[in-house]
This record gives sequence, structure tokens and C-alpha cells, in this order.
Amino acid sequence: MPAAIEFQHVARQFGTLRAVDDVNLTIGSGEFFALLGPSGSGKTTCLRLIAGFEQPSAGKILLNGGDVTGVPPYDRNVNTVFQDYALFPHMSVAENVAYGLRVRGAPAAARRTRAAEMLALVQLENFGDRSPAQLSGGQKQRVALARALINRPAVLLLDEPLGALDLKLREAMQIELKNLQRQLKITFVYVTHDQGEALSMADRVAVFDRGHIEQLDTPRGLYMRPHTAFVARFVGGANVIEGELARRLTGDTRSFAIRPELMSFLSATSALADGMISCEGTVIDVLYHGATSRWQVRTEDGSVLALARPELGAQSDSPVVGGKVRIVWPREQMVMLAGS
Amino acid sequence: MSAVVATVEPGIHSLSRGFSTFLYRRSTFYLLLLLLPPLLWLGTVYLGSLFALLLQSFYAIDEFTATVVPQLTLETYRQLISHPANVDIILRTLAMAVAVTLACAVIAFPVANYMARYAGPRMKAFFYVGVMLPMWTSYLVKVYAWRLILAKQGILNWGLSAVGLDGLLEAALATPVVGGPSLASSYLGMFIVFVYMWLPFMILPLAAALERVPQSLIQASADLGARPRQTFWGVVLPLALPGLAAGSVFTFSLTLGDYIIPSVVGAPGYFIGMMVYQQQGTAGNIPLAAAFSVVPIVLIAIYLMLAKRMGAFDAL
Repeated sequence: MPAAIEFQHVARQFGTLRAVDDVNLTIGSGEFFALLGPSGSGKTTCLRLIAGFEQPSAGKILLNGGDVTGVPPYDRNVNTVFQDYALFPHMSVAENVAYGLRVRGAPAAARRTRAAEMLALVQLENFGDRSPAQLSGGQKQRVALARALINRPAVLLLDEPLGALDLKLREAMQIELKNLQRQLKITFVYVTHDQGEALSMADRVAVFDRGHIEQLDTPRGLYMRPHTAFVARFVGGANVIEGELARRLTGDTRSFAIRPELMSFLSATSALADGMISCEGTVIDVLYHGATSRWQVRTEDGSVLALARPELGAQSDSPVVGGKVRIVWPREQMVMLAGS
Repeated sequence: MSAVVATVEPGIHSLSRGFSTFLYRRSTFYLLLLLLPPLLWLGTVYLGSLFALLLQSFYAIDEFTATVVPQLTLETYRQLISHPANVDIILRTLAMAVAVTLACAVIAFPVANYMARYAGPRMKAFFYVGVMLPMWTSYLVKVYAWRLILAKQGILNWGLSAVGLDGLLEAALATPVVGGPSLASSYLGMFIVFVYMWLPFMILPLAAALERVPQSLIQASADLGARPRQTFWGVVLPLALPGLAAGSVFTFSLTLGDYIIPSVVGAPGYFIGMMVYQQQGTAGNIPLAAAFSVVPIVLIAIYLMLAKRMGAFDAL
């Protein structure tokens, strides 16, 4: 069975800007695949290349084994959920959902039944006659989803679909989308800049930075074994220690990553246990997050490390801003990074 | 510790500052202050004279002295619709207005679509200036220039025969009703001048409407399998209808009311505007002139009603 999507040395140039730079990528059939990266990293351009809204400047894109270079969007078995939903304002909800069938010439009766089925799938049974303007953000989102799924696409592309929703709704929709994908067994390609979203939903994640893939891995792999400083910071929110400080602490010239929650404070007088690394510094900020608190600590060489600790009620030993502290972490938890 | 009270430093600004504060607190008064002058202008000068005109169309005219008598009668309107010549004028003007509007819409759409969707910032500015540039020139100069262009010895005739297409022009001029001895003295020539004159009034609102159609809607349509033709009829055109309606009101009403183009270019048949000009001038029949000028108002009202019923304003 051929891969659902394959990128072979794909590049997309806008003027002097290389939005996508020599990307190679294989997405399996039925996979929930996330493209993760900050804005301008090329992830959305990749999605638009799959949809056919953009054509590659170089390289080849295969859908289900067939080369789709030069194939217009309307001849691709791929549908998109747009970031702004892109619902047609002059059509009712049911007409929006049935649009894909209408342009393919399906009879009116079949369109009605299928549209009702799709609306039931996204739990909007009684909304068919409304106009999109009468819907909330979450409801528009569901209509966009139903509309994109009505043609039974091989691949569903989702462009930051939950970006405009509030946190609670976003979390509920994440679970729903994941369940929907399992139920329909369609390949999902999900673009997001939210690493939490990518980690919790996707089977595999491609992390983008400046037009290329920094790392392609499972969520666990990305979090536990980041390959580069960028991935360590962007996905894990990890401290990256590099240069002179790294050499002094570990005796190794390579930089390394250590996540804030793996660090702890140690009083100046206590002895350092075996296999622990320690570093001294001054607290410059304390951020209260509810479940955890984060300390920003400036080391002697000027770099700032973050330390996170669960909030366990009033703790007398909590360092305050300006206090001198000693941070320790186990050597085995450090992840060595590729030189950059 | 005593509290420090912030004070406004007294000085030359205190008076204007006081006034600003007053306006800020009395926002209704502020609104009234801004709206009253334009409302007065619109209300009395503009609408007032329009109603005076409407009223005059119901006045009687003394058969012997040919003076207007302020005596309400429907006689003028009876005269308007019972004389075949008057009905001819109305139908002729209406037919021209419909034809000009349709032609403007068809020509303007690709131009407006390019301006709104495909042109880069420089190209867009160039197009906007290009579309508006003819409107900066005197209207009369343009009409007389067109008369020369369309004349039998004019540049258009000369150009067409130079490329061997004069047969085509002759065939067009041989068409009954719209044809004539030359373009400058035919309805066809008049139609060309009208379309040229009013085209910017169609392009600009249409481009504005098309610019408001999000690119993602067009992409969504293609994404769902619609071919470009289906996207045009199913998405772009319905969403551009308000702009098309606005533009067509311009082209339609401008054609209905114009009296210069029909008197400079084209066939000898009368148009509504010419009748108004003649009746209030040389003929001195103000009521009939007023009744004639009511015709475009009624026609446009009917047109807008039809447009609304067809859903032209649903996407607003």
C-alpha cells in the first residue's frame, strides 16, 4: 500500500524567501500527522502544497503513489478545514456541507441525506437551516469539518483548526477530532503552532523551523530525545545549555538539554549525590502557574535556566527573587544535542 | 502623607480643553453638531428640491397662457403615458440603460476581478488611477472627442479599414434599429460612448465588493471539487452581487438621466433627459418635464426592488 503523502525534495520559493526548503516526508495511510512549528516556519505552506493551492518550485509530491505536480485542487482527493473556517456566507449550513456533492453533480435527495449524516457526525443535527453567521466559533468549526468530510477524502488537511477557540472548547475538540480520525480511518494532516496540541493528538510530528524539518518523530520521541536545541526549546520547553557553561558542567563540548521539571534546588551545605550535576545562580523571577511554579535563575555566565516544581502548598524553602540558589539535576536525564 | 491631586495647568489650552471635555461628556450633542450641517444640506437643499419637482409634476398648465397653475391634476401623467411618442422615448431610454448596464457589467467583471484578486500593489494602484483618470477630464470634451472618433471620416473607421475590418463595421451599421449611416449617428455609437463613460462607475464598486471576498472561500470551493466555472457562479458572483447592484444603479440611472450624449452622438430619436431639457426650456412645460424626470426615479425603484428580491443584498 503506497504512502498517503510523499514529499520528495520539495521546495517552495516566494521571491527571495525559501518558505519550504528541500523537504522529504512520508505520511502513512490512516496516520494522524502533525506539522508543528512557529509562524513562518513553512508548515502551512506544506499543507497548501498538499491541497494544491501552491505548486512546488522544485521536487515532487505524491498522493497515494501518484505524482500530483500541476494537478489543481479540485482534482485531488484531499479536503481542507481552513483556519478561518471559510464557510460560504450566502448558503445555509446544510448547503455548505452539501457543496462538495453539489459541484460533483450528485442528485438533490442524495445531497440532503448525506449532509444530514455529516451534520449528525459532528453533532449538529438541527442546524442545517441556519446561516453560518448564526453559529458560534465551535459550531462553525464542526460545519467546516462536516463539509470537508462529505466527499470522503483520502486525506483531511487541518490548518490550525482550533486556533480561534477558547481553551476549554479547544481541549474538548482535540478529543473529538482524535476520535473522529480513529473512527473514519482517514489520514489527518494537522498544522499547529501549539506543541501541546501536536503531542497529545498526533501519531507522529514533524517539527518545522525556517522551511525545513528539524526532527520527525513520535510525540514521546520528540519530548524525550530532542535532536536539536530548537526542538528541545520549542517542544519540551527545555533548558539548553551550550558553550563554555556546558563544557564546565559536563566536560563535554556538546550542548545539552534538560527539562525544567527534572531540576531541583539543593541547599548550599548539602553534599552533591553521585551522578548529579549542579549549577549556581540567582533567582530573577518566580512565576506561579497553579499546579506548578517556575523559577527563572540566572547563572554566573549570564544564561537563564528555568526550573519547575509542583506546587505542594506553602513551602518554607521556596527561593525568592534575588536569592542565591543551587540547582541540581541527574546527569542521566540530560539529552545531548547535535552541534549547531 | 497628603494625597497629590493632579491639576490641569491653567493656560491657553484650558478653554479648548474644556470644550473637548464638554463634547466628550455630551456625546449626543457632539453627534448632532457633526451631523446637522450635512443633514440640513441633504434635507432642505437636496430632498426639498426633489419634492418640489415631484409636486410640480402634478401641477396643471394653462392652455392659453402656457403658464403653470398650482392646481393638482393627473393630466400630465395621462399625457405622458397616452402619447405613443412619449412611451417610445421612455422605452428607448430604458432599453439603452439596460443594454449599457449589461455591457458595463460584462466588461467590468474581469477588470475588477483582476484588480481585486491578482494585481500586485503597484499594478493595483496603476489600475485604480487608470480607471479613474478619464473621470478627471471634462465630460463634454470626452463626448465631443467620441463624436470625432466615431465619425465617418473618424479614426475608428480609418483604423478598421486599415486592418480590413471595415466590412464588419458596415454589417453592424446595416443592422436595423441600432445601425445608421455612421457610428456617430447610430444607437450603436451612442451605446459605445455610454459604456465608455459609465464603466468606471461599475468597475470601482465591483472591485470593492470582490476585494471583500476572502481568498479562502475561493480556495475552499476548489478544495471541495468545484471547477473554476462552478466557483465563479456558485461563490464569486453571489458574493459580488452587492457590488454589481451598486455599480448597475450608477450605470442604469446615469444612462436614464443623461441628455448630452444622446444630443451629441447618435440617432435622432429622443431620450428622457433630452425631453426634460426641452420641456423645461424651450417648451416651457415644467409639469411635463417634472413628470419625465419622475420616470427614472420610478424605474430605479423598481430595479432595486427586483434586485432585492433576487437576493442581491443578502451577502451584505
